Amino acid sequence: MQPFIEITAVAAPLDMANIDTDKIIPARFLRRLRGPDYGKLAFHDIRYDANGNDRPDFVLNQAPYRNARILVAGANFGCGSSREAAVYVLYDYGIRVVIAPSFGDIHYGNELQNGMLPVTLADEICQKLRRQLHEQPGAQIAVDLESQTVSGPDGAAYRFDIDPNHQERLLKGLDDIDLVMQNIKEIEAFEQRHHKELPWLA
Amino acid sequence: MSAPRTMFEKIWDRHVIVMRGENEALLHVDRNFVHEGSFHAFGALAAAGRKVRKPRQTFATADHYVPTRNREQGIDAVTDPEMRNMLELFAQNTRANGIANYYGLDHPQQGIVHVVGPELGITQPGLVITCGDSHTSTHGAFGALAVGIGASQLKQILATQCIWQKQPKTMRITVAGAIPSGVTAKDIVLAIIAKIGTAGATGHAIEYAGPAIRALSMEGRLTVCNMSIEAGARAGMVAPDEKTYAWLEGREFSPTGTHWEKALAFWHSLPTDDDARFDREVALEAATLAPMVTWGTSPEEAASITTAVPDPASAGDADKRAHMEQALRYMELKPGTPLEGIKIQRAFIGTCTNGRIEDLRAAAAVLKGRKIVVPAWVSPGSSTIKRQAEAEGLDRIFREAGFDWRASGCSGCAAMNGDTVPAGERCASTSNRNFEGRQGKGARTHLMSPAMVAAAAVTGRLTDVRKLLQGA
Repeated sequence: MQPFIEITAVAAPLDMANIDTDKIIPARFLRRLRGPDYGKLAFHDIRYDANGNDRPDFVLNQAPYRNARILVAGANFGCGSSREAAVYVLYDYGIRVVIAPSFGDIHYGNELQNGMLPVTLADEICQKLRRQLHEQPGAQIAVDLESQTVSGPDGAAYRFDIDPNHQERLLKGLDDIDLVMQNIKEIEAFEQRHHKELPWLA
Repeated sequence: MSAPRTMFEKIWDRHVIVMRGENEALLHVDRNFVHEGSFHAFGALAAAGRKVRKPRQTFATADHYVPTRNREQGIDAVTDPEMRNMLELFAQNTRANGIANYYGLDHPQQGIVHVVGPELGITQPGLVITCGDSHTSTHGAFGALAVGIGASQLKQILATQCIWQKQPKTMRITVAGAIPSGVTAKDIVLAIIAKIGTAGATGHAIEYAGPAIRALSMEGRLTVCNMSIEAGARAGMVAPDEKTYAWLEGREFSPTGTHWEKALAFWHSLPTDDDARFDREVALEAATLAPMVTWGTSPEEAASITTAVPDPASAGDADKRAHMEQALRYMELKPGTPLEGIKIQRAFIGTCTNGRIEDLRAAAAVLKGRKIVVPAWVSPGSSTIKRQAEAEGLDRIFREAGFDWRASGCSGCAAMNGDTVPAGERCASTSNRNFEGRQGKGARTHLMSPAMVAAAAVTGRLTDVRKLLQGA
């Protein structure tokens, strides 16, 4: 996994709560293998009209936000289906950080597994950031994982919480399978004991 | 004496292999389910030069991409090359990894993963169960800790049979009182989601408790636990009881003989201790509930059929208001419109939420001797349920009413197999998500119980099923 350390980049505001993973990638595209154009599928049905042309009202279609690598969204971002393709399309579009008041649990975990950083900040702060991004289209936000800080377009800094294990994995780009297999002795001992107690599960 | 614990804590504690820091545990996974959508995980596993570590604890069933028509033709019923590839890739991946418990397209026990697990007794109390699907919470109806995961975590489970998990908080939702006639498990769970919201249980494992939950059949409990994810929960569970044990006895993967006795003793130890504390408590009164329908594009945008489309101006915050306004635009509905009477163009019964035998019986009870006025189809939750329904004559009732009686799969819930609702049409559906485009681009979904879908199909409008049940 690519490590994530820090980023300073254009941020785009997504002014809606409950952006579900069906919105991030509709089901009919899930059977496509992840190829070079995968990022074009991100937000497909709210991004393109019936003829496949860009919808001008969608924020990432507006010139100053096109190169956004950070999204600032409403509460419960990524709720719904567990589809990890929702992370692949965001990542392949170029998004590395999503800032929101809350996330769907599974999607939050999926971002972490792919070198993306989900940042949880209070609703008022997210709203303020989005307001600033509307007022100054193309403005940048800085996110530093080591110091757990988001710096808004006006330079104001906000500290965010992240589980120390998640932080370490992202900073070092650690592979979860390796982390598991370091415990293989404990795993095998556990399985022996567990299946002795509950033998029909072995 | 040890401190009182919740059922969740008992199952969690028993499965911790090691801790990493204070918050994160490496958990043993008892059963892991895969389906065609697991191809990213299998691909990454192969790319890492690894194989499935515990094929015997891995269970595979084809559901998301299976066709519901022309099933006697097998794979040739799938004309779309990408869909066909999903099914063929799945067969290859299970073969390459030695997964013998494979319920593929042609298997007589094929069905939706969350229906097949309980049906075969693979799902049992006290287990940790995983699947790369958000509706894995369904299995919690047996008193299991069942969590949905993404492709990367699935890859790790396939490789190790373990999962890193941060311990969720606990929430108990107590549904008191008796369930009124015409109200079902689906109405209870929609009412819960409408009350606490789609992020209401984020970061929590829910235990459903109280007399109304106890009164539910296993099918009903499965429906409630299924939609825990629609409240944002990491898992949903119901303590096992005599109904649970009666369901499990004699199933293919259930323990037998002395193992059965041992299992019963273990299962009896699971329910939450009397003085155990939950991080959050939510209470509902069953007697106040009525049949529910969704009017918007989030499962929390649900209300009693006796009410009207709400006004976005009533929303507490701007982001929710924005969602409601967009939802009403998409659904082409106006605030104040009574929910009862909204015209529908299509109806669908099935899914891991409501595709079990009891669901089909409830819908058939409404349809018996009646005709429907919109195109509609049924896809039973499993091939086994399909045969059972046919043995009971339910297929005849559906067919005579005008329903298309199809084969089993996820069908019109995720609409990945091509069973879509045409753009602009309004569908009364027993599925679990009313997101924009969920049943097809531009399709408008109203979620409700099987009996409510049957009633809507008969009248062509959202209908309070209690009126059709009177005098029945």
